[in-house]
Amino acid sequence: MSLSLILLQLVNGVHYGLLLFLVAGGLSLIFGLLGVINLAHGSFYMFGAWIVWWATTTTGNYWFALAAVVIFVAAGAWVLERAVYRRVYESSPLVHVLLTYGLALLLDELRSALWDDEVHSLAAPESLRGFIDLGEGLPSYPLWRVFVSLLCLCLALGLWWLSARTRLGAAVRAGVERREMAEGLGLNTPRLFSCIFILGAVLAAVSGALAAPISSVYPGLDSQALILSFVVVVVGGVGSLSGAFVAALLLGVADTFGRTFLPEAASVAVYVVMFAVLVWRPEGVLASRR
Amino acid sequence: MSQNLPVTKRRLLTTAAAAVTAVALPAPFIRRASAAPMRIGVYLPYSGVFTSLGTKITNALELALAENNNKLGGREVELLKIDSEADPSKAPERMVRFIGQGAEIIIGPVHSGVALGMIRVLQNQNTTLIIPNAGAGAATGELCAPNIFRTSFTNWQPAWPMGKIMHERGARRAMSISWNYAAGQESVAGLRQGFEENGGEIVDEILAPFPTVEFQSYMPEIAASDVDAVYTFFSGASAVQFIRQYHEAGLDRNIPLYAVGFLTEGTLDGLEEIAEGLETTMHYADDLPLEANRRFRAAYQDRFGVAADVYAVQGYDTGRLLVHALAQVDGDTGDAAKLQAALRSFEAADSPRGAWRFSRAQNPIQDIYLRRVSDGINRYQGVAAAQVEDPGTGCAL
Repeated sequence: MSLSLILLQLVNGVHYGLLLFLVAGGLSLIFGLLGVINLAHGSFYMFGAWIVWWATTTTGNYWFALAAVVIFVAAGAWVLERAVYRRVYESSPLVHVLLTYGLALLLDELRSALWDDEVHSLAAPESLRGFIDLGEGLPSYPLWRVFVSLLCLCLALGLWWLSARTRLGAAVRAGVERREMAEGLGLNTPRLFSCIFILGAVLAAVSGALAAPISSVYPGLDSQALILSFVVVVVGGVGSLSGAFVAALLLGVADTFGRTFLPEAASVAVYVVMFAVLVWRPEGVLASRR
Repeated sequence: MSQNLPVTKRRLLTTAAAAVTAVALPAPFIRRASAAPMRIGVYLPYSGVFTSLGTKITNALELALAENNNKLGGREVELLKIDSEADPSKAPERMVRFIGQGAEIIIGPVHSGVALGMIRVLQNQNTTLIIPNAGAGAATGELCAPNIFRTSFTNWQPAWPMGKIMHERGARRAMSISWNYAAGQESVAGLRQGFEENGGEIVDEILAPFPTVEFQSYMPEIAASDVDAVYTFFSGASAVQFIRQYHEAGLDRNIPLYAVGFLTEGTLDGLEEIAEGLETTMHYADDLPLEANRRFRAAYQDRFGVAADVYAVQGYDTGRLLVHALAQVDGDTGDAAKLQAALRSFEAADSPRGAWRFSRAQNPIQDIYLRRVSDGINRYQGVAAAQVEDPGTGCAL
């Protein structure tokens, strides 16, 4: 196996990991701050992909469709948070699991009613449909993937800035660490919760929308995104954005290399990583031992 | 197996009661007794990835029954539908439930794993099972039984003729890529047999973990190999993704892609020029130039407002099979051997897919067609292999 091939697979793994981070980062925040195990998180990813497909085929413009995704999903998440999630923050995890699983089923029915149960394909925007030629013996690399990776990186940087350099970020971190204390110091938790819930939902939806030209649009996207996101959250540590970032990259690379070097065991590569982290650092990769 | 006990007891009682009644009552009453609605268990996916397949099979089945006034052998028909959820683990328990509800015939499923779960309960029972899609070779191979019929295909069947086509197109060294699950492996095995019989060689087999949809990491391996053709077995979303990623990696410019028809069934929307020219083999083509096909497609479109496809054809043929067999036995499913003989005698002379009949293992012997994507449609190119019979390895029928 040549060096260029290994590098190429590394790029593939990082690309996959960055997309994973966008979905899982939101889930981690919602879990960490709001304390809700949100099994409907994958539904936001699914709606991101379906809305971008639908809006692109109706308007003919992917970027316009991406804006539509942000608007629709933000609005939907705002309503859901007020109408449903807010009522159960204090309930037991069992209530969360039942409620959000039911919600995921309902949202999937809604998708089926709004559109259909077929497989749809979506082309990348015209300007980014090209390839980068990597030379003899190597496949060409699609420009869209390069763009998606860069955009994900920018969003991750933005999130880091938000978390580390703003009042909102400080409030979130305080809320995750010691919620009662933060409230005692005058933190307006309902509004903060609403913000974070919407942010997490929009990130997942954007991830779905960005992945749509690569992965196509079909029923069942939600559960696929959800399972991997939970693995990322477990590996990265609940509520930690930087942990989720490292975990997503780690899992993306592990998955890609697993397929290349251990094709027989490829499907378990991510779970082996999860298991190892649970044994070695049960609080998450970046957590200090307590 | 304690769950089975009440069912068996109940059936014993029913049989005993029926026997007593038959002796005690004059002939006209017997006719009326067997005129109770016939219960048919329908076990297809109505949620999840395979929803659209389940819906189409059900639609076409109902169309075939409606064309016969919703009667089978003179009896009204009652369909008991349960969502299979494409979940193999739920299948056995639900088959027991069907039998408990008095299902005389069971139709299903789409997914091969579910089929094996159903067979575990139904094999060699009196209840007849008709499989309208799942292509697992074992169902009409080592697990075959007199009460198990299939109206669709085996995974081997459409793949084997593709070997000859690929060789005709000049391929000598090829590789395959599919998911690492039974359907993919069986399809690749069929292709390998057909390709090697014609002097070709499969030099590499990639098995991607099921159900991954990220194929980018396999593209370097394909690019680095010196093959002159790639054979693939994907369907639905995975097919769309694979075709697109193969194209984006620039591989379609140098190494032609071949597959069985599922790759391009219901997946062409939005792929546009990327899928143009793809050649696939299958037991059906939308524009198959047959009067029966035109008639069926018009009736289906008329009733459901969407176009029919291969899954609908399989559902329709299942319905036609029932109409034929139950007319022969006057709607009496009590004598399993008689019903099975009637089912076996079915000859689909006017099926939308062309004529077919059952093999020894009770799987269709049917023509496999070559199709080519042109203007976003799988266009019929001719017969790739006539009256192909699955070897039915391991079946002692």
